[in-house]
Amino acid sequence: MIRTLAVLAGALVLAAPAAAQDCATLADLEDELICPTCNTTLELSRSPVAERMRDYIRERTATCATKQAIKAELVAQFGEEVLAAPPKSGFNWLAWVLPLAGLAVAGVVVTVLARRWLRERAAAAPVVHSARVDPELERRVDDELARFDA
Amino acid sequence: MSWRVVSRFALQGVAVALVASLVGLLVWQMTTKDAGAGLVGAVEDGEKPAAPPLDLPALDGDERISLAAYRGKAVVLNFWASWCEPCKREAPMLEQAWRRYRARGLVVLGVDAQDFERDARRFVERYGLTYPIAYDGPGESLPRYGLSGFPETWWVDRRGRLVAYSRGEFTRAELQRNIERALESA
Repeated sequence: MIRTLAVLAGALVLAAPAAAQDCATLADLEDELICPTCNTTLELSRSPVAERMRDYIRERTATCATKQAIKAELVAQFGEEVLAAPPKSGFNWLAWVLPLAGLAVAGVVVTVLARRWLRERAAAAPVVHSARVDPELERRVDDELARFDA
Repeated sequence: MSWRVVSRFALQGVAVALVASLVGLLVWQMTTKDAGAGLVGAVEDGEKPAAPPLDLPALDGDERISLAAYRGKAVVLNFWASWCEPCKREAPMLEQAWRRYRARGLVVLGVDAQDFERDARRFVERYGLTYPIAYDGPGESLPRYGLSGFPETWWVDRRGRLVAYSRGEFTRAELQRNIERALESA
């Protein structure tokens, strides 16, 4: 019996922080929301509507509302423009995909151009004939080196 | 024509189409967002441009409020928000004007924008406002009317044309003068 109670107490202690993690904080949301009248993030704005939004978030975080729930409520009131980053759904996916696609296309173009340029450069380079050293010259160099070492 | 040349032309075509569509998108965004930018200047020059369409949900119910429904009446179109301090001073003046002039064919129409619906309802209750009020949380109607802040007010004549404009808090005298202008505009 005591062991069962101890196990239950342990489970509760472990579960409590996990549950607390779902509760949003003002700091979690301030840089993810836009003040509708000044078009800066909430953390940078001191406008009346930004102050009112902060009050609202404090009210909701006091009841352990999640970040997603608070964001959804603010979107319902102010529209999607209140989100600093567009949601990853529907047409808004383009905002996430296009920059990455642009980078990928730019990477491919740069690679292709660089390879072509290297190929053309290699083709245009002067032909270097075999640089075979004259045996007489080689013997003289060896002699000079041997004399130098001595 | 070799496959290589064809593919090069195709790639160039796709790139040009992509750039053209992005430029088109930018132009469309600029023209629709700032559609109301010229209205203020036009009215200040003595013109009477048509009021842009306005169709929004009513703050106090499920019905919709449309500016077109008030054709034949003069309208004071006041854009406000509950967190706006000057709006608190304007609200009683608007209520008085609504009661005083409605028999002569005037409607005061409030548009609450960029605001919490709950706060707006409290505001209406606190100031005892009885004129119709539309709710535009995202503020989508603001750029159409060339607005940049709160409060701002347009006066619309009986033919649905904009005849006067006030940026910021109006005075009682300004409110009455523009109401007369809207009522008498032919």
